[in-house]
Amino acid sequence: MSRLRASIHASLLLLPAVVLLAAFTHVPAVRTFIGALYTTPRGNRPEVFIGLGNYRHLLDDPVFWQAMANNVWYAALTIPLSVILALVMALAVDARLPGRAALRMAYFTPTVLPMIAVANIWLFFYTPGYGLLDQVLGLFGVAQTNWLGSRDTALNAVIAVAVWKEAGFFMIFYLAALQTIPHDLREAAAIEGASRFTFFRRVTLPLLMPTTLFVLVNAVIGAFRLVDHIVVMTRGGPDNATALLLYYIYEIGFRFWDSAYAATLTTVLLAILAVLAAVQFLFLERRIHYR
Amino acid sequence: MSFADRSAGAIETVGAWLLGLIWILPLAYAVWTAFHPSAYATRFDLLAPLTLANFVAAWEAAPFGRYLLNTTAIVTMILAGQFLVCTLAAYAFARYSFPGKSLLFALVLMQLMVMPDILIVENYRTMFGLGLVDTIGAVALPYMASAFGIFLLRQTFMTVPKELEEAAIVEGCSTLGVLWRVYVPLARPVFVAYGLVSVSHHWNNFLWPLIVTNSVETRPLTVGLAVFSSTDQGIDWSIISAATLMTAAPLLVAFLIFQRAFVQSFLRAGIR
Repeated sequence: MSRLRASIHASLLLLPAVVLLAAFTHVPAVRTFIGALYTTPRGNRPEVFIGLGNYRHLLDDPVFWQAMANNVWYAALTIPLSVILALVMALAVDARLPGRAALRMAYFTPTVLPMIAVANIWLFFYTPGYGLLDQVLGLFGVAQTNWLGSRDTALNAVIAVAVWKEAGFFMIFYLAALQTIPHDLREAAAIEGASRFTFFRRVTLPLLMPTTLFVLVNAVIGAFRLVDHIVVMTRGGPDNATALLLYYIYEIGFRFWDSAYAATLTTVLLAILAVLAAVQFLFLERRIHYR
Repeated sequence: MSFADRSAGAIETVGAWLLGLIWILPLAYAVWTAFHPSAYATRFDLLAPLTLANFVAAWEAAPFGRYLLNTTAIVTMILAGQFLVCTLAAYAFARYSFPGKSLLFALVLMQLMVMPDILIVENYRTMFGLGLVDTIGAVALPYMASAFGIFLLRQTFMTVPKELEEAAIVEGCSTLGVLWRVYVPLARPVFVAYGLVSVSHHWNNFLWPLIVTNSVETRPLTVGLAVFSSTDQGIDWSIISAATLMTAAPLLVAFLIFQRAFVQSFLRAGIR
């Protein structure tokens, strides 16, 4: 096959993917950067170039800062909690426990539910007074709490939902990795007199590092891109206490129809994801033990 | 085994089961509520009468049948599109050399971080420009060229021995013939895994369909459920729970039956 013909074949094979990727990923990303430099056209007022005006507005926007702070807190709790719980679950299911198939199912089932269904289930679970949570806590004499309606508890209540949904998903990756750890390692360690904890810390954990990286990357992306539960459970409230960045973009873009400011916010989100990708690539990749 | 080891084991078992119990509790509560009359929604009584009335009420209160049809159409369309588009592109990346290949591949991989779910405002503008707002196509289109699908299939195609391809060419296969007769059959398990992951992801997808649909004829189940539970119902939790379970049921039942295949698929094709 001549080189020219090969090139033509390759470009024909790539054409549909390139067109679709460009149309729904690359071109919109570039248009987002550009759109952030203009005003939103309204009625018969066309868009006007205002340079960094939208960014100046952004710096002065208390809701933006609130959403950023919320998202950082959300990520800082959701990611470690779901990853650690996933590891605990995997260790539990990997051990020869009675009824571990049922246990694995209990852990994993939330991940196949739609986030919207999960949100509904938890809305009910959290209902002040007669939701299961308040009923159980009531037995211990805890007063009725409006978990989603109070500024102090709403964000953490939403975080619990995300952890519940995600941990079981990450568990299966840990479980698969645990099952590849050879048994003679454990025997050798036992002969050397290593305790179970030492074995876990010095052997199991390092061998799980590639899995941890994979899971972490997914968890980080999830913390910034999944806001379905916010839409259903709190709509960012009360008083923006649960507004995450993407939810705020949705609100600005589709409730206030301010596309220029939504583009500005999207640019910030893209920048965050770019930084995370760079960190992952430059820093984490090197510290991982690969076999 | 020493006594200390055995008691540590017992504590671990109890801990694991406690965690499992906590994990299943919210779902179990919803199941309880959905299958009992409203009067028992929040009262636990083992003798409470079971009923399907809540499911009937939910089914009659909103066009869930239509929503189910829409979701099926969307998921099928995305899957068909992904298989076609990603297979062709992955083949080009795995077996051809052409100028700018690695740059193009890097651009494709960018989508792993910058996914369409984030570019909602611009993508809505695009759909508006194309006159596709409130169509099933608009829900499906942004997901058809999936960087992950291309990456996954490329990795698989690269493991196919070149000799098989050469033999097929000697037998008179064309380029697409080689792809269809040699590569695709050998990658079947990966297609199955990717398909399961894709279907379960898009069955559950919400934000983009919420934005781009606004009628009964296009709305998927997830959006239908959200509309139903936010407006129509007041707060009859029995009916909302029934509707919630109905929405999740097809995938949940499929998962319970094909547990092993699901878990294997997620392992093989983890992210989407």
